[in-house]
Amino acid sequence: MTSTVSPAAPATAPVPLPAAHRAPFVGDLLGEWTKIRSVRSTIWTLIIFVVVSLGLTALLTWLTLNNLSHGRHGSAASGLVTDPVSFILGTGLGLGQLAICVLGALVITAEYSSGTIRASLLAVPRRYPMFLAKALVFAVLVFVVAQIVAFVSYFIGAALVNNHVITNSFFVAHHTINVHHKITVSLSQPGVLRSVFGAGLYLTVLGLFALAIGGLIRHTAGAITAVIGMVLVIFPLAGLLPSSWGAHVHAYLPTVAGQLITADKHQSGQLLSPWQGFGIFCAWTALLLIVSVFLLDRRDA
Amino acid sequence: MIEAQDLTKRYGDKLAVDHLSFRVEPGRVTGFLGPNGAGKSTTMRLVVGLDRPQEGRATINGKKYADIADPLRTVGALLEAKAMHPGRSARSHLLFLAQTQGLPSRRVDEVLEVVGLQDVARKRVRGYSLGMSQRVGIAAALLGDPSVLLLDEPVNGLDPEGILWVRNLMKSLAAEQRTVFVSSHLMNEMAVTADHLIVIGKGKLIASCSTQEFIERSSEHSVLVRSPEANTLAGLITAEGGKVTVQEPTNGQTEALSVTGLQAPRIGEIAAANRIVLHELTPQLASLEEAYMELTAGSVEYGGTAHEHQPVTTPAGGSK
Repeated sequence: MTSTVSPAAPATAPVPLPAAHRAPFVGDLLGEWTKIRSVRSTIWTLIIFVVVSLGLTALLTWLTLNNLSHGRHGSAASGLVTDPVSFILGTGLGLGQLAICVLGALVITAEYSSGTIRASLLAVPRRYPMFLAKALVFAVLVFVVAQIVAFVSYFIGAALVNNHVITNSFFVAHHTINVHHKITVSLSQPGVLRSVFGAGLYLTVLGLFALAIGGLIRHTAGAITAVIGMVLVIFPLAGLLPSSWGAHVHAYLPTVAGQLITADKHQSGQLLSPWQGFGIFCAWTALLLIVSVFLLDRRDA
Repeated sequence: MIEAQDLTKRYGDKLAVDHLSFRVEPGRVTGFLGPNGAGKSTTMRLVVGLDRPQEGRATINGKKYADIADPLRTVGALLEAKAMHPGRSARSHLLFLAQTQGLPSRRVDEVLEVVGLQDVARKRVRGYSLGMSQRVGIAAALLGDPSVLLLDEPVNGLDPEGILWVRNLMKSLAAEQRTVFVSSHLMNEMAVTADHLIVIGKGKLIASCSTQEFIERSSEHSVLVRSPEANTLAGLITAEGGKVTVQEPTNGQTEALSVTGLQAPRIGEIAAANRIVLHELTPQLASLEEAYMELTAGSVEYGGTAHEHQPVTTPAGGSK
């Protein structure tokens, strides 16, 4: 990179700068959009999200269908038979969601690690609108990408499942009997459209959940570890808590409740309906976002 | 205009800014001086609302920073270089700032040209030198064509050409009746740039006066005298109440005396009355560096000789 030369241009604006013809919040949104799209980490995280989600959905669905045909019935295979939509949405997106967690945390922690937060707060000193604009721009971006990925995942999985004939061979009284059957999934089946759309909604709120944690912890590594630890380890493990109060605690945990909206069938012993579960997840996320912005407002930047 | 009233900031039990009040007027460059850890940067962060004071308040043109609509159009601040995402280009950094203020994107290209970064603006900040990052920071400060500028150590990392450019920039901004508030630890830099000085030590105000007044007020004046009959003259000056320090004669020159407590005209009269030849009679003005050291001695936060300040002696070969 070459050294710079001393400028000849005057520092003063050559013509008076035009007044801003827009509501202040529109400018905040535009600024946040420029910030999120101008770093490669956003692009890379979203590419990883798309590739992992779609790739794993296709791969795992295809492998499991083949296993079924060859008579190898594992728990995954039985899941595909009893609840194919949940299987399709759960495989690829189950791992892809980690990329959304990373992006959500990064959107705010990168401001702190780089010092950009100070430039941001000099431009928009009122911290509530600044945080709201950031969360809103991020949520819209994740919502659009996640809905596309959720629907494409579903269509890939559904195409594999619907076109696959499962052949089971039985040997009865010196005769081999081949039984052919098909699993069919369709958006017109009850709860399926809601599950697919719900998967996109779940990922959007998950991103905001991670963003809120990022705002609380303000350290990239710490925030990512905390979010992924909760989503992958702590919340699922809470299912092992004893007795019925344990089951209640588990059911009301953020992502456990939130994932109900991605399942088309009601499981036995399920305490919450899909929308109730999603509501609980939204309430958790809203609470964390409020604490996060409250602390942003109180703490020195 | 920037006004601080009774500004106080504690970090834990450490008092960073201690009931500090000052006023920065438009139309001149105001230097903000203090030893490391004196609270200069903290004070600037309090003025722009990045940190909250425990007591007191700071206003810009009578308003708290957070109450200024589209603040970059009123206040431009350079607080630290490299306060940018390394993966973002300088242009994107300035563009998001411009968008929040409702400024057109052509203004971004204008300020990039002002700081001479138009050719590298689309490259990621990661590869920039400290000097280039500093220029992006200055571009950000100029973005909204503000009437008030706060610059924290703006010449850090700049080459001599860049330092000269910032110096002239600050002077021209002040000449346009803007408020220019600049901190520096380089005393000599302030001597040639600042019209007015605000000096703090350990978070407290030490002085707020013109640069000229600051030097005159805070340093003892001395007079350099050269004479072939230095010893005789020294006795006469001492008899009149002056204090004399004899300096080693430098090659080829006559012996020199450093006199305090008597003005140069009086010394000349004494010499004339006693028919003593003088080779030189020069009033010595302490440099800003010396005046500053003298004033802040005892309020140095981090330093090996914190409370035992050694007086600075005037160099023997006084050419002034």
